[in-house]
Amino acid sequence: MAITLKVNGVAHSLDLDPATPLLYALSDDLALNGPKFGCGLGQCGACTVTVNGRATRSCITTVKSVEGQEIMTLEGIGTAAKPHPLQQAFIDEGAAQCGFCLNGVIMTAKAFLDQNPKASETEIQRAMSGVLCRCFTNVRMLRAIQRAGRVLAERSAR
Amino acid sequence: MSQASSRRDFFKASGALIVSFSLRNLPELRAQGGPVQGAPPMNQLDSWIAIAADGAVTAYSGKEELGQGISVAQAQLVAEELCVPFEKVKLIYCDTALTPDQAYTSGSQSHPANFNHANLAQAAATAREALLKLASQRLSLPVTQLSVKDGAVFPMGSPSRKIGYGALLGGQRFQLALDPNAKRKTAADWTVLGTPVPRPDLPALVNGQFEFVHNVRLPGMLHGRVVRPPAVGATVIGVDESSVRDIPGLIKVVVRKNFVGVVAQKPWQAIQAAAKLKIDWNAGSGLPAHADFYEHMRADKQTRDTFMTDSKDTDQKLAQAAAVLKATYKHPYQMHGSMGSSCAVADVQGDRATIYSPTQGVWYQRNTSAMLLGLKPENVHVIFRRGSGCYGLNGADTVTYDAALLSQAVGKPVRVQLTRKDEMAWENYGNAYLIDLRAAVDSQGNLVAWEHESWSPSLGNRPGAGTPGNVVTGFLAGFQPDAFTPRSPAPSPAGFNNNSNATPSYLAARVNGTVRGAGKVESGRVLVHNLRSPFWTGPLRSPARLQNTFAHESFMDEIAAHVKADPVEYRLRNLSHARLIAVVEAAAKAARWEARPSPARASNRSGIARGRGIACVAYEGENGYSAMVAEVEVNRDSGAIAVKRMVVAADCGPISNPDGLRNQIEGGALQGMSRALGEEVTWDGEKVTSVDWRTYHSLPLGFDIPKIECVLLNRPEEEADGAGELSITVAAAAIGNAVFDATGSRLRQIPFTPERVKQALAAALA
Repeated sequence: MAITLKVNGVAHSLDLDPATPLLYALSDDLALNGPKFGCGLGQCGACTVTVNGRATRSCITTVKSVEGQEIMTLEGIGTAAKPHPLQQAFIDEGAAQCGFCLNGVIMTAKAFLDQNPKASETEIQRAMSGVLCRCFTNVRMLRAIQRAGRVLAERSAR
Repeated sequence: MSQASSRRDFFKASGALIVSFSLRNLPELRAQGGPVQGAPPMNQLDSWIAIAADGAVTAYSGKEELGQGISVAQAQLVAEELCVPFEKVKLIYCDTALTPDQAYTSGSQSHPANFNHANLAQAAATAREALLKLASQRLSLPVTQLSVKDGAVFPMGSPSRKIGYGALLGGQRFQLALDPNAKRKTAADWTVLGTPVPRPDLPALVNGQFEFVHNVRLPGMLHGRVVRPPAVGATVIGVDESSVRDIPGLIKVVVRKNFVGVVAQKPWQAIQAAAKLKIDWNAGSGLPAHADFYEHMRADKQTRDTFMTDSKDTDQKLAQAAAVLKATYKHPYQMHGSMGSSCAVADVQGDRATIYSPTQGVWYQRNTSAMLLGLKPENVHVIFRRGSGCYGLNGADTVTYDAALLSQAVGKPVRVQLTRKDEMAWENYGNAYLIDLRAAVDSQGNLVAWEHESWSPSLGNRPGAGTPGNVVTGFLAGFQPDAFTPRSPAPSPAGFNNNSNATPSYLAARVNGTVRGAGKVESGRVLVHNLRSPFWTGPLRSPARLQNTFAHESFMDEIAAHVKADPVEYRLRNLSHARLIAVVEAAAKAARWEARPSPARASNRSGIARGRGIACVAYEGENGYSAMVAEVEVNRDSGAIAVKRMVVAADCGPISNPDGLRNQIEGGALQGMSRALGEEVTWDGEKVTSVDWRTYHSLPLGFDIPKIECVLLNRPEEEADGAGELSITVAAAAIGNAVFDATGSRLRQIPFTPERVKQALAAALA
């Protein structure tokens, strides 16, 4: 059936089984590289997108349940020319190894920092406790999120 | 003669290009079947470097980027030796249509293989000298009066008369052999190599533009899903294709012996078809009880036995000793547990195949896929695309076979990504180990003899050049894994090789009149029993070396404690290898190590206990050196270990990219910590039960991470050594030793779960 998904500000009408997990619509029908299949169980975070600003695991979220809502993927938060502060911070900190988890890490951090621009180191750590990086780039990634947090806090203070 | 200088002399004497690789890792390479025919010749410059008429430089490498940062370092190497700006170098790696066959990207071999006196480094140096000669002819000036910079040659002092590389070569090939005498730049002259050049893949990774193998989309591509057996050893009786007839978009049910899969138009359709497909399976072969598995290993008499070293006097030394110490260490099967389950895309049409694979060995994958598909190897084109970090033999090879088989069955491109469960239940696990150690100490507290006897099960391995049955898909489709031939008793060791770190660093292994170990203890015996594993096994980051080092470095701590010596001082007293000594001293110094015996002091029976521990390794005996000081807090009530600080000293020879090296050390330290504290493959009577992130316990991104400090010992005068497995190898022992220091309780079984910690604390009190 026709399902309308609003992704990164653009509405797409797709012919989908309403039970299809959102992840497959994004990565297959819309050919987006950001959201990734890690576990299909909502345990690792690799598939994370934001839905109306909330971090959402797209591998266990049906397309029907998010129809018409504002879905944002990693592609939607910034570009090479105009990166989001989080994206820039990850580049500046060299915070990647294989990079497979980055989508989930950055999107989870974005949703959190948007709600908590003045989060402490401990609060950030706690917010990232449901996300995996099996290369264990933890040191740099948490540092990058803190760096981006400072930038975002300054912006919100202006 | 030290090991390093003997190796260098060998390189100088041999001048052979492939030798540098095979010498470093002879047993592993032999097991893999050796290099495959058909690749661009290793001794030809054009196999490695191409310069276009516009001066653009393309370098070809057989060592791939898995996330470890080797691609940026390789591009730096080419830029440095060829004297071109870093941005002008395009690096292409691991494509059977284009790149040399450098076997696997594995075993900490990329830095040694491509940064020493052969292969990519020597190719770039050969190219620079060839271009200088061309310019010499063109300018009618001797090479000694020429300068080279930014991809152009000019008379010294006259940069305006420069001739670009593109113009010199005119878009032609070099048609030269690699020159073993082409002069490498000395590290003192480096401007690109040795600097922290950022990884060029970062912007695409953070913007979602990077193409992983998971993102390869071919025109007309279909989606496959495999159905693995419900139990280890279960076989197919029958498949009821009518059970999925109503699934929209279903293209085909594919059965080949015990391999079962489905192909559909869309991923969700394939998932539903795989879930619904009715298959009758025979019962599995049954599994030994998880709780008794170490006893099961010890009781196995069908073993293949190998002496790694034997001074043949350990019985006598142990009998004469003032004290004999004994301990048994246990290491479970652990998994690679890649973040993304493995994925591949194959397009098999008639007698030809194009395969996008995250495999660590494209040429081996080409040959074994050809076997599986019944095609000629030269008609199979394997292109590496990065997968999720693999840390060794994860599901990359097996899922490539899955995609190839399904694509062949439908004659269209097929993408397959494994489920989380299929990734975790059927991958080639890192080996379990049971290690018995005995040491003799004299009346002055000197360590005089060391015995090691270990048991480790294995089944399968990397597929190599001809064994697709070494991973689950090949086996299900009808191929056999490497044969297992019991052998007992073990023959006397013919030579010394510490590739698996089975021989403790403290032994002076004496073979054929030369001392090859890293230590001073003359009396030693190392006996290894290999046995058949019920599960698939294969290399997992620091294979065997991590398990052996955990046991040896923990036991060394036990010996030091027994003789009431400081653990650092006692190690140094028994080591002879200068580079290993240097990393131990550097780590201790950076950590402000307080010299005293462990445990710290009689502490309270509850609350938080603090301690520090050290561990060190000469990785593979001579492929990088590291030492770690770990500081921990042990909660005596909950049994929880909090690692507060890790100080790692590392020496991998000349440092090619210090930021990349730090990244590897930091990641390795934390991955080693996760493996030490939580990771263990579990099973019931018939199947693996650690099949997701609730049942296999990895540390998450946001935990209370320790402060990690790296001390990088740059050794520009030495050979380039491996870097990616240095810190992970020493993490478990450093943590366990710190727990002993804090509590006086010894942890001898990984993982160090709170329950095990509490048991050890209770045992110490009893």
